[in-house]
This record gives sequence, structure tokens and C-alpha cells, in this order.
Amino acid sequence: MAKVLVVTSGKGGVGKTTSTAALGAALAQAGENVVVVDFDVGLRNLDLVMGAERRVVYDMINVIQGDARLPQALIRDKRIDNLSLLPASQTRDKDALTDEGVAKIIEQLREKFDWIICDSPAGIEKGAMMAMRYADIAIVVTNPEVSSVRDSDRIIGMLDSKTLKAERDERMEKHLLLTRYDAGRAARGEMLKTEDVLEILSIPLLGIVPESVDVLNASNVGSPITLNNPGSGAAKAYFDAARRLRGEQFEVVVPTERVGIMGRLFGRRAVA
Amino acid sequence: MTETRPFIRLRGRSIMALVLSPDPPLPAWLASLDAQIERAPKFFDNRPVIVDCGSLPSTTPDVAGLMHAIVSRGIHIIGMEGAHASWPGLELWGRPLPGGGKPGKPIEIAEPAAPAAPPPRAAAPAQAAAPSPDQASLLIDHSIRSGQSVSFETGDITILGSVASGAEVVAGGSIHVYGALRGRAIAGLAGNSAARIYCSKLNAELVAIDGVYLTADDMPKERIGAPSCAWLDGDLMRITPID
Repeated sequence: MAKVLVVTSGKGGVGKTTSTAALGAALAQAGENVVVVDFDVGLRNLDLVMGAERRVVYDMINVIQGDARLPQALIRDKRIDNLSLLPASQTRDKDALTDEGVAKIIEQLREKFDWIICDSPAGIEKGAMMAMRYADIAIVVTNPEVSSVRDSDRIIGMLDSKTLKAERDERMEKHLLLTRYDAGRAARGEMLKTEDVLEILSIPLLGIVPESVDVLNASNVGSPITLNNPGSGAAKAYFDAARRLRGEQFEVVVPTERVGIMGRLFGRRAVA
Repeated sequence: MTETRPFIRLRGRSIMALVLSPDPPLPAWLASLDAQIERAPKFFDNRPVIVDCGSLPSTTPDVAGLMHAIVSRGIHIIGMEGAHASWPGLELWGRPLPGGGKPGKPIEIAEPAAPAAPPPRAAAPAQAAAPSPDQASLLIDHSIRSGQSVSFETGDITILGSVASGAEVVAGGSIHVYGALRGRAIAGLAGNSAARIYCSKLNAELVAIDGVYLTADDMPKERIGAPSCAWLDGDLMRITPID
């Protein structure tokens, strides 16, 4: 039974595209048939992060408008056989998305893949609404800071009212993915605490992904972090999140600052 | 010798007005209005009404006569909007109201329970948007998310959950939030200055009772994050602990 996931947040720049690629690659490496779909028409990034930007011929808008068939637009990943990408258009904008068009594409994708991960654009406009409309499961990506939390709350409200599941009075499974978690700042009390975020948003925690330069390095070379650097802290968090999505239940590990011997000897500068 | 200027008190006030929108043909509309008043005679009592003439074509004759016809039915008109500049005789209703303002949800005119035994109203599913007037309070058993707005002009609202930052609760009566109040709470609409606002954690952006409002900056520091009750003491908003 295929599952449609939407990775959304409201706020921009919190890690939706990174998380879509990382989770997609993690699930594919576990043997599932995965397609990642970019809904950010006009500002596409998923193709860059997946390293497919030089192989885009047709995109989702072409399929919606009948210029191409879905198999022509799908780009198979070079590294993992069972991972594919449906890119967004870069030259059009969100007005080119239609409800029937998106519905048809999702239906066709359900027949070929086990997991369909929709990368939502930021905001609450048509692109974001279309990305969440046909989802079974939502992953709300949030940074532990106030503006991101408020925007995520808004998006959760929309998940409960503007989706097909909401219209059918069914509950949509929602998960919180806390990203760009900085253990040092958390220790110094400069970041919102995980408990505070959970209290405000009241949805179950899928995982905590630490802030990491490895993520930037991975997108620079066009590879999801879980493929490029599977041993890194961020990748480990994504692998754990993928396992939870597949039904495993285990405690979320809060990333701690890795302090080396020098850090421990010379922890804080004395006040002169 | 210095002259002391008299101190002028100015304050903001918001009220909930009903908007009546006449549609052509007017005689038929007036007949429907009469039928509505017959079914629910007390509906327009004490309700401030704004007449929105936006759907009337600019060639409509004698709009002033229409306004008089509405007033003669006992409806208290406080203003009009959508008036065409060429219509004569509308000076009585002063300048047209500024446009904008959030359009409210359509309001169902519910019939009051009649004492004789007519057939009861067909059981419509109870909706939060249009409860029957006999219901004195609205109960919401989940949290209110940012951007959502809950409105219940004819009584209290009770929320078994929290009100998120960026959300809004508007009640004719009191507001009871069992969780944290992080958004806006507007109570005592339509002149109920005895209304109160209760919450178990005060982090509100704004509280207002009967038009008197207080923003987060002006709330007493010791009450922030603590169980609190907001109430009106004359013209002053007081925020006190819940014992």
C-alpha cells in the first residue's frame, strides 16, 4: 500500500528539501521503492540536492499539461536503483499546478512506488497546499526557534483543514522533525528547548537532526546526506527517522555536543 | 499663566455589527425580510446593523426610501456601505463606512423555540459556526492553531487545550482556556463588561473585554506564564491570579 508523505514547514530554509532527499535516500537504501517529488514550481531545489540538475528533460508541469508522460519525466538516481525524482518546472510558477493534474500524477505514482515524498515549498500558498493535499502522512520540519515554531503551528492547522484527509474527516498522521538543532546553543539556553516546541506543537517527535556543515557539503556535491556521509550525526538522525517511519519505535536521541579532550581541558575562557 | 487643556479620553472600541445586504428586486427582498422577522421577531433587537448596498445597481431609484423601510421595521441601522455617489437623500446615514474590515461568517437566523407545538426544526447537525440561541456556551475540545479564529457572539467559549500565538478567540461572553493562552482573546462583545478571560498560562498577545484592550507589553510581569483571570474594573483591565 503506497504512502504519500508531505515534507512541509511554513517557514522557509528550515530543511525541507534536505530532509526530503535524506529520508528518500534512507528509505531507498532500506529496500523501498521511493520517488521524491518537487512541488516548488519556479524555485526548484530538489534536483540540485539529488544531483540530477543536468539530466532534467521534462518536469511535473509538462506531465500535468500533457506534453510528456510521467515515465518520461521521472529521473532515476544513478546511485540507488529504487530512488527516483520528479522535478518541478523552473520556468513556470505555481499557477500552472492544477488539482486534477496533481491528483492524476499522485494516482499514477501510487501504482509504481511504495513511498512518494512530496517536497513542499515554503509558505501557505497554492504550491504548499497542492503538496499537502493528497498526503497520508505529514512531516513538519521545524527549527527550534520562535518564528519557525509559529509557522509550523499554522501549517499544522492547515494540514487539519485543507487536505483531502481533513475533508473526509480522517486524521492525518503528523510527525515533527526538529532540524538544525545546535547542541551548544541548547546547552547555553540560547535555543528553544525540545520540550517547549513539543508543548506548543503537540505532535509526536520523529527525530532531532543536528546542525551540521556535512549537510551543506552534501548539497554542494549533489548528494543526499544519507548517501554522501552516512556516518555523520545528521545522517544518523535521518536513518533513525526513516526507521520510525517504517514502524519501528525507539527513543529519540538528543544530539549532544561532541567535546574533544582539548575542549574539556580548555572549556571556558576565564574572565580576565 | 498657563492654560490647562481639558484632558480628552479616547479609546478604541470594536463591536460586532450585522450586515444586511439587500438584493434586487427590492419588493421581493423586503417581503423576505418581513417573513424572516415574523419567524424570529427578536432577532434584530439591540443588534447594530450596517446596510450594504453593494449589490444594488447604481440606477436603483429611491434608496433612501429603502433605508426608511428597513428602519420602520424596527431595525437599528448604524451605518451603510456600498452606496453610489449619485443616490440622493442618504445624508441621514452620514458618510459611508470605510471599506475593509474582516467579512464575518454568514449568520443563520435561528428560530426561537415556540411555546405552542409546531414541528421542531429539522435536526441540523450542530456546527460551531451557527449554534442555536439556547446554547449558552461553545465547547472546543482541541487546541486552536495559529491563524485560526473562533467566534461565538452569544455566549462563553471554553477551550480544552491551548490557543496558539497568532490565533484568535472572540466571544460575546467569557473565555475559558484550560491550556495556555498565547494568542488573542476578545471577550464581552456587544457590551458585556462583566465578561472575564481565564487561562492556566498567560502568554497572550492581546486581551480585550468589551472594547477595552491590553497588549502583552502592558500586562503585569508577575502574571506572565501564570494562571490568570482578566476582568474589567470600570475602565481598567485587571489581571489577577486564579486562586
